[in-house]
Amino acid sequence: MPRPDSGAAGHPAPDTEAIAEQVFVALADPTRRAILAALATVGPVTATDLAIRLPVSRQAIAKHLALLTGAGLVAAEPGERRRVRYRLHSAPMRVAQQFLAALARDWDGQLGALKDHLDQQARESAGPRAPSQQHE
Amino acid sequence: MAFPDRIERTVEIAHPPARVWAALTTAEGLSAWFGQEAKIELRPGGAASMRWDNGHTAEMRVERVEEPTVFGFTWHIYGLPEDDPRRTYVEFTLHPDGPGTRLTVVESGFAQLPEGTYQTTYDGNTQGWASELGELADYLDAAA
Repeated sequence: MPRPDSGAAGHPAPDTEAIAEQVFVALADPTRRAILAALATVGPVTATDLAIRLPVSRQAIAKHLALLTGAGLVAAEPGERRRVRYRLHSAPMRVAQQFLAALARDWDGQLGALKDHLDQQARESAGPRAPSQQHE
Repeated sequence: MAFPDRIERTVEIAHPPARVWAALTTAEGLSAWFGQEAKIELRPGGAASMRWDNGHTAEMRVERVEEPTVFGFTWHIYGLPEDDPRRTYVEFTLHPDGPGTRLTVVESGFAQLPEGTYQTTYDGNTQGWASELGELADYLDAAA
């Protein structure tokens, strides 16, 4: 019977980890987080716009944008008056989110709850016998 | 470091497989330990859903039903947008273990990438929105 995960198991994506790693490297720096947050909030803007919004020099912004573009998190596009605008590119974020989803999946807690439920159910079904045991 | 594609846990449960099966595959059972509310149509291809008090919901699709041994479903990957087609596969396997049950849960598919459409789909979406908003702006400009 076909299994929904057979595709992933048969063709492991070699670059999944590399993509996730680039996202986490990008997010490790507070200025880059601020740049990404600005792009997510206001949409595509120029490096100059970002330098006005953030307490960082335009040169530093440009350096961070180059790294973000290399990681595929930001894409440069032609804007008005031939100024380059930067747009957030969300696909790598979604790969990193899968990594986080795997870490956040709490099957230990869930299976503990299942055990507790079954124990309680068994106690409840054994409940009516308890009074007769007290008479002994 | 490796991207975790598969999570596997095995627990010993002091109750027979029939009890565990009911807890995994009925709305009453699921709502007692997993979600706060649950619905399930127990057949391959059937729909199931769970709801939590914090407003979070999960939509599942039942994939394998082999009472009382194997129950499998797929669900959406937590944190990804609703329209993302990727899903993980969860499979519970029940083995009698004396008077109890050895229960294994495997969730797999965390490391998958969308097949072949990785770049184009998302570019298509963002450009779609950009052009639609551009058309709206043009329309409003013309109306002004």
